[in-house]
Amino acid sequence: MAHQSKLVSLSEAVALHVPSGASILMGAAMEQMIPFSASHEIIRQNRRDLTLIGPISDVLFDQLIGAGCASRVHAAWVGNVSAGVAYNLRRAMEQGTPRPVEFTDYTNFTIALALHAAALGVPFLPTRSTLGSEVLARNPNLVEFRSPVSEETLVAVRALAPDVAVLHVQRADEYGNAHVWGGLGVAIDGARAAKKVIVVAEEIVAPEVIASDPNRTLIPGILVEAVVHDPWGAHPSPVQGCYGRDHKFFSEYHDRSRSTEDFDTWLKEFVSGVKDRAEYMAKLGDERRHALEVKEHAPTAPADFGY
Amino acid sequence: MTAPAHSRESHFARGYSLGELMVAAAAREIRNGEWVFVGMRLPLLAFLVAKRVHAPRAVGLYENGVIREDPAPEMLFTMADPPNQRGATFCGQMADVMSLLQQGRVAVGFLGAAEADRHGNLNSTCGSRDGRAVRLPGSGGAGDIACLAQRTVALMAHQPHRLVERVRYVTSPGYGDGADWRRRAGLRAGSGPSAILTTLAVLRFDDAGEAYLASVHPGVTVEEVKRNTGWNLRVAADVAETPAPTPAELAVIREFDPNGFWTRQP
Repeated sequence: MAHQSKLVSLSEAVALHVPSGASILMGAAMEQMIPFSASHEIIRQNRRDLTLIGPISDVLFDQLIGAGCASRVHAAWVGNVSAGVAYNLRRAMEQGTPRPVEFTDYTNFTIALALHAAALGVPFLPTRSTLGSEVLARNPNLVEFRSPVSEETLVAVRALAPDVAVLHVQRADEYGNAHVWGGLGVAIDGARAAKKVIVVAEEIVAPEVIASDPNRTLIPGILVEAVVHDPWGAHPSPVQGCYGRDHKFFSEYHDRSRSTEDFDTWLKEFVSGVKDRAEYMAKLGDERRHALEVKEHAPTAPADFGY
Repeated sequence: MTAPAHSRESHFARGYSLGELMVAAAAREIRNGEWVFVGMRLPLLAFLVAKRVHAPRAVGLYENGVIREDPAPEMLFTMADPPNQRGATFCGQMADVMSLLQQGRVAVGFLGAAEADRHGNLNSTCGSRDGRAVRLPGSGGAGDIACLAQRTVALMAHQPHRLVERVRYVTSPGYGDGADWRRRAGLRAGSGPSAILTTLAVLRFDDAGEAYLASVHPGVTVEEVKRNTGWNLRVAADVAETPAPTPAELAVIREFDPNGFWTRQP
């Protein structure tokens, strides 16, 4: 093939494609495949003034906010899915520390529609969701209108095209063609909506492996700017077929982000004090890693593309 | 969720926890064959209980893009946990399941909230503590479910500062300011809140879209519920006691939550 390999290190991908001031989609697959290794590299490279876009992100947005990287959030929910509230978000919004954050509230569906509109190349998409809510009243990107083809009130969701989307996947080839499975959240619309896509893969495989199952190539490489090989990059979130969710890590993070001082200690231990994901996993330890590994593999039946 | 300590202890004395009572009550809101928008936290467990005990043909829709007809084989902390994706009927994008919700085909959706009001409007966006504003996580899918499901069930702590005359922020619309409000807002006629399951009681809604006390949990008095409600809560003439979890329900709850992460936390 005449393609150029897009494989780069995570630090190169962030250095090249995630400048301060960028708008960035992360956590697109909801509670699984959250690109924590990429967000930690963004923190290490000291990015500022980011606009964070995503439906929920679990604690990823909380970490970026606590590290002072973000100025704006366009999301439906920022918290800790299994443990409760996001303390760094609260400090940023209630006290302005470490810096103030402006939160534009969406619902999950309206974030999905905003990305889908950008993916379709249209300025908005209509929905019935948020009618009568404060979310609609306060978000300037949600506008009530009268349907031109029926006697109904609807909401126009303005298209949202992130500067960059960071998408974690199970496997990709070096050209960015990616196979991804499990619940996908808004990842596929996100890949089409974003101006640039960084794919972070658990495994880099031969192009033939990806090409064998084009229906599973939900992120085509033509949309992808950079491919990063970073095993365990989504920990503590799960990756179907690769590793489970480290529930305890989320509970521990909850306790350790309760105060600024504790969060700073946590950040030093797991982010600024390690150079990359390999060092982070070493710190986590073999025993904990083994406990998260797949206990019983369940491969799918192959589809026949023959003719 | 927090509740007055005495009621928690009284449930334990009866052989089950308050969390188990609430999960069983939530499970019973699911009817056999219905499509259910499951949501997060306790309802993850309630759906599994319903599937195994009384609603084997219920279908679970999860906003990460998963549809399940067979219950997940083990404990779930989140909807995207690997056991909830393996063996699923379908895995796709959020819009694939939200589309079915928006069509009006989902019978019941579960919600959580920090505040609820007289007309079932919910707030999960901004609260207050000691008179100061507190930022809460936000809607997630709650606002979508509240607008688009045929009926909704909310689970929450029952305290006077949480059950208020009017929520300070409508994250998830209920019946607005009363009868006909949803239709005027553009929402589907006949849709709206069905129940609020609290740590003390079950509230339901009359034709005017106002909440009333339908049942009190074992060991809780009507007076106690009224005292912990921030408006003058009306009481059903035939106010009942919320049925305790049955042995069959408890068996499933304990199978899927063996360490009490969801149902026996202090």
